[in-house]
Amino acid sequence: MDLTFSGALEIAGLIKNKEITSVEAVEAFLARIDAVEPDVHSYINVSADIARERAAAIDSRLSAGDDAGAFAGVPLAIKDVLSTRGFPTTCGSRMLEGFVPAYDATVVERVNDAGTVMLGKANMDEFAMGSSTENSYFGPTRNPWDLERVPGGSSGGSAAAVAAGEAPWALGSDTGGSIRQPAALCGIVGLKPTYGLVSRYGLVAFASSLDQVGPMTRSVGDCAALLGLIAGHDPCDSTSIDEPAPDYLTGLDGEVKGMKAGIVKELSSDGIEPGVLERFNATVKALEGLGVSCEEVSLPSFEYGLSAYYLIAPAEASSNLARFDGVRYGYRTDLESDDIWEMYDETRAAGFGGEVKRRIMLGTYALSAGYYDAYYAQAQKIRTLIVRDYGRAWDSFDVLVSPTSPSTAFKLGEKMDDPLTMYLSDICTIPVNLAGIPALSLPCGLAEGLPVGFQVMGPPLSEAKIMNVAYALEGVLGFEPRPPLD
Amino acid sequence: MEFETIIGLEIHAELNTASKMFCGCPTAFGGAPNTSTCPICLGHPGVLPVANREAVADTILLGLALNCKITPRSIFHRKNYFYPDMPKNFQISQYDIPLTADGWLEVEMEGNNRRVGITRVHLEEDTGKSVHIGESGRIHGADFSLEDFNRAGIPLAEIVTEPDLRSPEEARAFMQLLRATLEYLQISDCKMEEGSLRCDANISIAVDGAMGTKVEIKNMNSFRSLFRALSYEDERQRFAIKQGETLVQETRHWDDAAGVTHPLRSKEEAFDYRYFPEPDLVPIEPDPAWVEELRGRLPELPMERLRRFREQYGLSDEIAVMLTSEKALADYFERAVETGQDPVELAKWIAGDLVALLKDAVVPIQSCPLEPRGLGELVALVAQKVISGKMAKEVLKEAFDTGKGPKEIVEAKGLSQIADAGELDAVVDEVIAANPEAAEDMRGGKEQALKFLMGQVMKKTRGQANPEMASDLIKKKLT
Ligand SMILES: [Zn+2]
Repeated sequence: MDLTFSGALEIAGLIKNKEITSVEAVEAFLARIDAVEPDVHSYINVSADIARERAAAIDSRLSAGDDAGAFAGVPLAIKDVLSTRGFPTTCGSRMLEGFVPAYDATVVERVNDAGTVMLGKANMDEFAMGSSTENSYFGPTRNPWDLERVPGGSSGGSAAAVAAGEAPWALGSDTGGSIRQPAALCGIVGLKPTYGLVSRYGLVAFASSLDQVGPMTRSVGDCAALLGLIAGHDPCDSTSIDEPAPDYLTGLDGEVKGMKAGIVKELSSDGIEPGVLERFNATVKALEGLGVSCEEVSLPSFEYGLSAYYLIAPAEASSNLARFDGVRYGYRTDLESDDIWEMYDETRAAGFGGEVKRRIMLGTYALSAGYYDAYYAQAQKIRTLIVRDYGRAWDSFDVLVSPTSPSTAFKLGEKMDDPLTMYLSDICTIPVNLAGIPALSLPCGLAEGLPVGFQVMGPPLSEAKIMNVAYALEGVLGFEPRPPLD
Repeated sequence: MEFETIIGLEIHAELNTASKMFCGCPTAFGGAPNTSTCPICLGHPGVLPVANREAVADTILLGLALNCKITPRSIFHRKNYFYPDMPKNFQISQYDIPLTADGWLEVEMEGNNRRVGITRVHLEEDTGKSVHIGESGRIHGADFSLEDFNRAGIPLAEIVTEPDLRSPEEARAFMQLLRATLEYLQISDCKMEEGSLRCDANISIAVDGAMGTKVEIKNMNSFRSLFRALSYEDERQRFAIKQGETLVQETRHWDDAAGVTHPLRSKEEAFDYRYFPEPDLVPIEPDPAWVEELRGRLPELPMERLRRFREQYGLSDEIAVMLTSEKALADYFERAVETGQDPVELAKWIAGDLVALLKDAVVPIQSCPLEPRGLGELVALVAQKVISGKMAKEVLKEAFDTGKGPKEIVEAKGLSQIADAGELDAVVDEVIAANPEAAEDMRGGKEQALKFLMGQVMKKTRGQANPEMASDLIKKKLT
């Protein structure tokens, strides 16, 4: 059996039944990391020693008969945007190179409490801004399915690690598609939860009103399990929903017969690659085969989703990233200066990469006196319209579906000089964040050897339902997330 | 040309909540630098704010005391600007939908009432404190700057008035009343010198009813400097207008030592704050039942108490204002009144000697060594003519210094006045016999002679003779 291509639930079972130890599991993944990391570069920092120590400690607790958590000893990758106490958290930025947080993010606390063992911090576009992981200060991640291609982004490191067998599962974050698009491009499952379902405390903010942490896994079952670990109210996050999260795992029964799915016209026709469209249509057929009635639906406001997103997200980012100024922590310019404003300028000019600076400037402009109403306020109105369009759709449909990404993985460098084309990579995923609803990307086969993602969207807090649809599809599609890497 | 001074104030009061506005750090004043801090108030990556319910309650309470409407759904905004004492480089504040708005506070000025409109009372977080090392003393040209974030994140209530004040006197009186109001509500320490109460002002001169150019004054750190700065600026502007000069809309800094205002460099002021709704916080929607519960907690406010003191106890304006300016002082007075002594006498003793003693010893009235009961005892001793007013001053001082009761002091020192007519009668006879010349002058109607003889009586009794009785006796015997 190849442990590194086993799911997390499977590994948890093996450890529980004493067929393997946590140390063995961790060593298997560390060996795999050693083998493929030079090619793939999924991690910014691998926490090998800490992982070995923790695994050994968990093993001794387990052999003493202690309860070490539901996923005791199961390895995990964590996107480097989540604060980990005592271990570097860089957000893929020079600004935070070597920065060691003083506290754990709530989700990190929760996966630790469940007994998981962190293997390392996964690579990402700087401050989660990008769709290819090429914007990382620490170098790009490559797609395990084709090393000439990008893994998507911004959670490209998390997606590639899971796809390449460098971690059984991973935590990512999604602001405009940053979990789902890389999941699609790497052939794994990725879920963006309802806004407020998962705590953002300790998630380094990109766009506060859009960000969510979510699972990136090899199967829908693992996705339900990891969501179960991280979901639920957190008093440290005022926007966290004050309701207990259900047991997602037991809800997965594949019973979808009689459900209604809407095919979003605006997200599944123009600008979608033929190969992607072909896989998408085949998956819709499979869904109908499961007894789900599928019908096209038009959500006209989606046309403006991308524009609204690229005003709201940069506006919030321009404020969120103001704290990186060289005064209290992180990078500070070496340039001697007796003027604080010069110090700020030099620090931020050298500490941030090009895409981050572009978005800070866009956002600053959108919030400026005289432009606020024309840009930021207008974008918020579009947001309201998108929420309304979705709301109307839920009157007629249980779920909505579309391709996750308009294309399969593209070549490294292909879109780096053309930000607008790059931004279009998120055209199918962005409306979901604007509306705060949950959506999942399920691998639905290959197009010319590259994975294609199928997006399932649902009303607020319908995670159980959309995962069940994906679970049913997973059973009939039979996709095996194993790239020809070796 | 008819001139009218137009003043509006913007006041910041640090709320004395147990913890900071958006984190759990304590708010205690004066700790070692950066000891009351955590990742949240230091603006570390990934942290989130959670609003302090106690601070919201305090602000609502203040809004109610200032006759404001409580906003059913108010929101926080981010005010964006870079400064090293701002951990996040934005301040969480409120913008177009404050917690409370549209109220008033009535100030009495020499019998005239001035109702000052309160535009808004909102809630925000304080910044840290910078110390700039170097010749300039300012951030420009400093060798380096030190930052203390203990204050960063302490809740601040911002109170903005309408431009309803018409003189520096009125502005000062308003500030004093507002300070007293905050103090009565027990929501702020109200120390202008320590910065827990801060005030900026807008001042302009209307000429023949036409609005003038508004100038903002900053850095007024006491009631005195508020009054001096506004008086200076009032005169500067009137003079400029008379000279035909054009005033500039600007922010000016009050230099207390030099007694002048001067313009701030525009670079420090030219901010576009790019306000936008704080996405990390949810709107505040105070439950109406909670607001009513808070309303029920409102104490008798300074102006109500002042009016009651005048009517119920017959106190003068000046003394009533003084006693009610501090809740604990007014409480002390009312507890002293419970001893049954004359309120006017009690009030005089408190407003005069006692307050002076407290001030010298830098002791708050709450820890006054002389209990209100003791003050009643002192006033009773004077009323019963056991001791003179002059002796009472000394007894008060000793009671204050030692914590002993006035009665105890009088007895221990044998200080009681000789009010026994027989005993005093003998002394007066002795004095007359020993000073025949003065006695003759007295018979001849010389005022000087009475004073001389009184002096001799006092000398003989070591000051313990009841002066009234002694003087009556001399007069009776020598006229
Ligand atoms: Zn704190």
